[in-house]
Parts: sequence; structure tokens; C-alpha cells
Amino acid sequence: MGTLATPMTSFSSSSCSTELVLPHTRYSNQFKSERSSSAVLSIMAEEEEREVFDANDATLLVEELRGHFNLGKTKNYEWRVAQLKGISKMIVEKEKEIIMALQQDLSKPETEAFVSEILLTKSSCEHALKSLQSWMNPEKVKTSIMTFPSSAEVVSEPLGVVLIISTWNYPFSLSVEPVIGAIAAGNAVVLKPSEVAPATSKLLADLLPQYLDKTNIRVVEGSVPETTALLEQKWDKIFYTGNGRVGRIVMAAAVKHLTPVVLELGGKCPAVVDSNVDIQVTARRIIAGKWACNNGQACISVDHIITTKEFAPKLIDALRTELERSLGKDAMQSNDISRIVNLHHFRRLTKLLDEDGISSKIVLGGRTDEQDLKIAPTILLDVPEDSLLMTEEIFGPLLPIVTVDTLEDSFNLILSKPKPLAAYLFSNDEELQKKFIENISAGGITINDAVLHLTVPGLPFGGVGESGMGAYHGKFSFDTFSHKKAVLRRSFTGDSTLRYPPYEPRYLGMLKALMNGNFLRVILVASGLYKP
Amino acid sequence: MMADEKQGVFDTSRAELLVKELREQFDSGKTKSYAWRVSQLKAILKMVDEREDEIVEALRKDLSKPKAEASMNEIYLLKSSCQCALKGLKKWMKPKRVIPSILALPSSSEIVSEPLGVVLVISAWNYPFLLSIDPVIGAIAAGNAVVLKPSEVAPVSSKLLADLLPQYVDNSAIGVVEGGKHETTVLLEQKWDKIFYTGNSRIGRIVMSAAAKHLTPVALELGGKCPAVVDSNVDLQVAARRIVAGKWACNNGQTCVDVDYVITTKNFAPKLIDALRVQLERFFGEDPLNSKDMSRIINLNHFTRLKKLLHEEGVSSKIVLGGHADEEQLKMAPTILLDPPEDSLVMKEEIFGPLLPIVTVDTVDDSFGLILSKPKPLAAYLFTNDKKLKKKFVDTISAGGVAINDTLLHLTVSGLPFGGVGESGIGAYHGKFSFDAFSHKKAVLYRCFFADIPIRYPPYSARKLSMFNAVTSLNLIGLIQAAIPCFKA
Repeated sequence: MGTLATPMTSFSSSSCSTELVLPHTRYSNQFKSERSSSAVLSIMAEEEEREVFDANDATLLVEELRGHFNLGKTKNYEWRVAQLKGISKMIVEKEKEIIMALQQDLSKPETEAFVSEILLTKSSCEHALKSLQSWMNPEKVKTSIMTFPSSAEVVSEPLGVVLIISTWNYPFSLSVEPVIGAIAAGNAVVLKPSEVAPATSKLLADLLPQYLDKTNIRVVEGSVPETTALLEQKWDKIFYTGNGRVGRIVMAAAVKHLTPVVLELGGKCPAVVDSNVDIQVTARRIIAGKWACNNGQACISVDHIITTKEFAPKLIDALRTELERSLGKDAMQSNDISRIVNLHHFRRLTKLLDEDGISSKIVLGGRTDEQDLKIAPTILLDVPEDSLLMTEEIFGPLLPIVTVDTLEDSFNLILSKPKPLAAYLFSNDEELQKKFIENISAGGITINDAVLHLTVPGLPFGGVGESGMGAYHGKFSFDTFSHKKAVLRRSFTGDSTLRYPPYEPRYLGMLKALMNGNFLRVILVASGLYKP
Repeated sequence: MMADEKQGVFDTSRAELLVKELREQFDSGKTKSYAWRVSQLKAILKMVDEREDEIVEALRKDLSKPKAEASMNEIYLLKSSCQCALKGLKKWMKPKRVIPSILALPSSSEIVSEPLGVVLVISAWNYPFLLSIDPVIGAIAAGNAVVLKPSEVAPVSSKLLADLLPQYVDNSAIGVVEGGKHETTVLLEQKWDKIFYTGNSRIGRIVMSAAAKHLTPVALELGGKCPAVVDSNVDLQVAARRIVAGKWACNNGQTCVDVDYVITTKNFAPKLIDALRVQLERFFGEDPLNSKDMSRIINLNHFTRLKKLLHEEGVSSKIVLGGHADEEQLKMAPTILLDPPEDSLVMKEEIFGPLLPIVTVDTVDDSFGLILSKPKPLAAYLFTNDKKLKKKFVDTISAGGVAINDTLLHLTVSGLPFGGVGESGIGAYHGKFSFDAFSHKKAVLYRCFFADIPIRYPPYSARKLSMFNAVTSLNLIGLIQAAIPCFKA
């Protein structure tokens, strides 16, 4: 997944003769003159003109945003609605530019880009707009006799100034979706898009200031130095999408300021395939959840399959057939799958294939093209348990199939690995479905399909264990960027002196009676008619 | 898992073995069953009930905690928490149905609560039973295996917990490790599925730092300087009583949500001080140092710390009430200071003791700026009858929790989350929030094989794209128009 390696190019600091301008203009692209979305080379050239965003800049940025947040504007319903509408408008008006940027960064097919990035984000925005008023309403809570008379409620309030660090595989939706949550909850936001998807990063840096309130919502482009500078600051929440290694760095940085974090990580998402399935639909859905998902470069794509020794050949045949139907005879020539994002990941994936004992296990595909950064959909059968393919998150178009004697054996295999972000089961056996859900811990589970659970706004989307902490989507996005403040309201009437020292024995008697639900005794003791 | 003096030093290998054993127990599935959880909760209830006298006695020894306080703030609250969990557990454990989205139709979806696994609860010394067992109740209710590390600063309570728990609960899945810094460090090196810590923010950072290595989620129940703003338009005697109750009748100010300092107007301060004086005398008599209704300071370390706050230059001259102490008995009288210097330790650090600064302002509205200039506290209080002021306070002051016209009571409402924000902590618990704090909310989507829509799959075409557009804009006609050629293909 997006690492903090490979800075784009040398960030040569320009002369500081323009230091009379306000500090924040040194780094924010939004104050520069408009640029068109251009090819990578010209982006790189412009990067060289931009000054380094260092710790001082980051400090000033956060101070500024905090100053703005403290003015209270972002807390208003009207402001939040205006920003959400701004995002919606941006997605509609700039759909073509967004899709083009995704094509540049990932060769993402138009339909995939539309569905997985445009559609989902737009729908998320609309959902937030529709529900915001109800989300913002305090939630009334029942009180007990202990605090009678009183009223209680839970009030949602924004956390303050939040940092969102996005990733490269769904560079638009994984940036905008958390931003939607942060805004809905009334926060000021800084978004750090991934430098590994530079066209989208640049587009976000250009578009967001055009459509949103740039005094409270900012984009900081860059890589390791910029992210490091940002992570040194005091944020009220940090939302990170990426891998477990950097997730640990983010959490460790958050410790300094006791900043709560959400870490959306990954894992090896298994798909267990039973024999009692509609094999054609199963094969299609596995393809949809693997190669039609950014060519396997997705945190919840099917990482590997587990099926019985008996069923494996049938499954492989079905996959072969459906792959040809979806991507043509030569998938490398198809425009309907993304490429590998860059050379670094291409080499990482070919290394998985080149490991000893692997190539003999290829049953389909295996071709690679470094020039075009393409790797054919590749299926492998029973690669060694200790191979890199079976121990690392693949994040690419290689699909190992592991065979077991019975399906129940798949459980131990899954449980022997860290908890993944998603787990899938294809089966019509209700008992097996029940057992799967009860025993397999993962961020989320889909039965008889892949990936789709993330499209349901009522379902929390997040990991557990190595696959992450916290969740978002729908109201969970609002909640994750909110503080749930307990509020108890009392009046001065009905103040019982029993609760105060000097303590009377009868008060303890009352308490005991209360505990035992003996309300009559409570009244008798309180009124002095019963002496314990 | 018994008191470590019986088994030698609790070192890394013992910690590893402990976690391994607990993980095996957890993996066997035992703790997930409703029956097991209920049996453990009932056992805890039984323990608190049957051993109440010993618990109260341990609290008296550790803190000189008055019997009534111990009964109210530890025994009663624990029993109540247990009963709440027993009553709610079945419902809490049920998967929650969720409306599917249009893109996922036909399907059904639900959220399943599952235990995180093996969790660590690190407790504190001021409410050594409550703050140990309450989180353990949540951990058990959610189906986890648990290790409890009680605070060594309350040694009698720690030992009692280590002795009692194994007698009542399933000690193959619920363990107690006693000890201090060394034992805690060794425990923190292990991989836990959650760490729940109650204490101060310095150690909170150490806990979170250790957790980061294993990507372990944490709940940190910390503290802060909890302000009480007092308006002039109040029932003064009741307000004064409630402030006294929320300060000195609460472990003598050694409570994370007690009133740390008061803010009131210059005009009103004298009246408030008088009312506090009256109520203090009513509560603790003329000689509070000898009152049986007040806890002592926990130990010499904290006693010395508090004395230092009081004797800082420019502070002792601000004493308007109290100021006496008895080092031998570790007793410190309720002490009120009027307008100590802004930069004094007593105004900067969390006091956690019986010293109450009163800060005066010109108007009550000026209190807001003062509170907002400090880190977010675990609780904030406002005494007023002014509706507008109440609204402004709730809207503007960020704290873990807020109570209007009272102190502390919000933590007794099981439907309210109890936890901090910013410097005062991460996460929350009590009631169902305890169950949730120790659960993973797993999303589950069920699909079937029929009604499989081909537009989702490659090869993509302009037609498929327009169908998607139509579906999502609920354009039925557009959908049909686009769909028909597709079926022909």
C-alpha cells in the first residue's frame, strides 16, 4: 500500500525573498495561480518550485486552523451543509477531471473509477446531508432514581482540528470520504493525499479550495518530510489509511499529544469457497472483488482463496472462463483493469512471483510487462505456506488458491494469520455461514460476495487487530470525528440531605434497599418510618 | 496469577506465559458464551455482596475512606454496574440489523458484536475497587479474557482483589497481577487486544506508546482540572452543599471528576465562601482533621505534593479557609484559596486533593475564556438558573462530561458515556459503553446467488456506465433504456 518512500523529486527550497507574504502562503497550493491538470512531468517541474513544508509551517497551519475553529463557524449546521454541498458539487462538476486523474495515476478504467470513487463518495455526501440534522441532535438518555429529578443527554461535539492522511489506491474516495465525516462532525480539517497518486493529489489540492471553505479545510501535498512535519503537531484526531508499518508510526506520533487515531489498514483477506455454490456467479464475484478492484490493489480485495482439493479444479476453470469473458483472451491488453501503480510495487509483486518454488505453482497467467506496469491476472495453486505470497498482503493481481481437505480446515488457516480487514465465504450452507461469522474475526464479512459490505452506509467500515482500529462510513464517520459529551441537568429542588455527611446509618439502609429493589423500604427509610 | 510474592518476580516470561494461557482459553470459545458471561457477572455480584465488609475495611486501611463513601461510591456503583450488565447483556449481544444500500440489493446486513480477545485493565488507587472491577465487568460482558493490574498505591485493596477474584470467578480466563512499575512494564510489553487504563496522562502516554507497537486500541481514563462555574442566581446552600459533596466528600478531592477549582464573580465570591464554610462545618464539624467522614491523603508522596502546592510563594497568603494538615495522620483539612496567582502550580496542575482555589472574574461569561485556555477536563460543572448561560456552557465547554447544578452525578447514569476528550482521555465506558469498549463491531453482509446483475462486471461499456448512473440517480426510465440492449447481449 502507499508507503512514505520515494519522494517525488527533489524539493529544492526556493529563495526566501518572498518572506513578507503571510506564512501560510508558502506551502498551500491554493494560493498559487491556477494550474491545469497536467502530465506527471510538468507536475514534477512545478514541485521543484514549491518550498519545503516543514515543522514550522505545520505549526503555523495548525495554529491558524485552531484559531478559526475556535471562532465556532465549523460547528454551525449551515456551514457543514454548505461544505457537504460543495463536495457534492465538486464531484458532479469535475467528474471528468477526477476520472482522468485516476486514469493517469492508476490507469483505472472509467467505470471502475466512476463506481468506486465518484459514485460512492457522492452517495456518502448525500447520505450525510440527509441525515446531518438527526445526527447533530443530542440523544436523550434515561435517568434513574439516583439522580431524580434530572434529565440527561449525549451531545455530539466536534473534536477540533483533525488530520486525514490518505492513500494511493482509491486516492479520491479515501481522501474525500473521511473529509466528509470530519466536516459533518463540525471539525476543521487538513488532508494529506498520497504522493504515490500525484495527479489525484494535485487535483485535490486544486479543487478543494475552489469548492470548500479554505479557512477551515486545507490540503497539504507531499511525502515523508511533510507527513512527518504534520505528525509532530497536536491534532484532535488523526485518521490514517494505509499499511500497518506506517500505522504504528502514526499511532506512536499521536501518543505525544494523546491524540485518538483511526487506522484503516489491511491484511490478507481470505475467500473461502464451498462446493455448493453457483460457481459461475461465485467466479464473477471473486473477479469483481479482485481484479476489478484496482487490479487487486485494494485493502479488502480477495487476497487468497481457500477451497477443497476436490473443488479447486472446477473453481479454477470457472475463474479462467469468467476472466476471459471479463477481460478478453489477453487480459494484459484489456482496458478494463488498472495497471500496477508504480515500479516499486511492480517489482514488489514480481518478487513474490520469482520466489523459489512459486512459478511452478502458476495455473493461470504469470506474464508481466515492466514497461507498461502490467501483470496479468495470475492464479497459483498451493504455494508453500511460508512463501511471501502467503505471509505478506499481496495487494496485486496474484491470487493463491490454498486447498484443504474439508472446508472446516480453512478456519484454522485463517485464524493462524492476523485478523484481516475483510473475510469472505461463498457457501449455501447456513450452518457453515453461521460458524464462519462466529469464529472468523475480521473488520467485516460478506457472505456470497466480495467487497460489497463497504457500500452499506449503515455498516461500520474498519479493521480489528492488525487490520486497524476505529471505523467510518455513514453515521460512523460522523461519530468517529465527534466527542460524545455526557450532559446531566439538575435543578436545585428536591435536594436530599441524606447524600451528604455527616452520614446517617439510615442512608446506607436506603442504599441497600435500593440495590435490592425494595422501593417500599426506600420510602420508609427516607421518611424515617423505618430504621434499619 | 496469585499475589506475586508467593511465586517470585513477575517477569517477561511469566507475562508471556500468562497471555498465552489466556489466549488459549479465549480461543477455546468459552468466554464467548452467554452462559459463561452471566456466570462471571453473577460471581462478581456475589463477591461484592458477600465480602462487602472486607472491601470497606480495605478501603478504610488504604484511604481512611468513610464507610458511607465506600458503600456509595464503590460497593453500590459496582453492584449497580453488574446488574445493568446482567439485565442488558442478552440485548447487547444480539446482532443489530441494518438497512442495506441500493448497490448491495438484494441482501441483508447486520452488525455483530464480538469480543476483542485478551484484554488488560490497569486500575488506579483512588477508587481501587470500582476502577478495577467496573472495567472488568465490561470486559467480561463483551466476552473477553481479562488481566487486571490493580494499583500498588492502594496495597490492601490490591491484595484483597488478588485474593477474592480467584475465589469467585473463572480464574483460567480472569487473572490478577499485583505489582508496581516493573510488573506493569512487563505486562505492557505483551500483545493485548485492548488496554484499558485509568490514571494520569503521563502514564497514559506510556501505555499508548506500548500499545502502538502491537496496534492495540486503548481506552485512557485520565483527569484534568475540572472547573465549577458558580453564578449568583442559584440556591446558594444547595450549590455549596453539592460543591462540598463533589470535592471533599469524594475521597477528599482525590477523584478524577471532583471539583478542581471554582470560578465565580468578584461580587459573589464572599457569599459563596461563606456558604461553603457553613456547609463544610455541617459536613465535617469544627475540626475536620478529626472527622470520620473524610478520607485521608493516600500516602506521604501525595501529602508532600499537596503541601508543596499550598506553600508555593504567593499562594499561602490566599488561604481563606483551612490550611491545616497533620502529616502523621496524612490528613489535610478542606482548604479554600481566593485568587491564587494564575501561574501557580495549584492553578496549573490537577490538584487531586482538598485544596479548592476560587478564581474570581468580572462577569460569569469571563469564565469561559479561562476554562478554554486550559486542556479539556474530564468534567465541567455549572451552577446557575440562567437558561441561556446553561446553553452557552454546554455548547462551548468541551469536557468528558458536563453536569448542570450538581457535581459528579453524571457518572451514575448508566446511559451516559463516561470518558474524557483531549488530555482527559480516549474512549468511554459505563453501561453499554463498557460492553462496546471491549467489543469489535463486525460488519456482516449476506448475499445470495440469484439476481446477479451483470453490469457490475467487466467488460465495461458506455451502456453499463449509463446504467450505473441511472441506478444511482434512481432514474427508472434511464435504467430500462440502458438495460434492454444489455440483456440482448
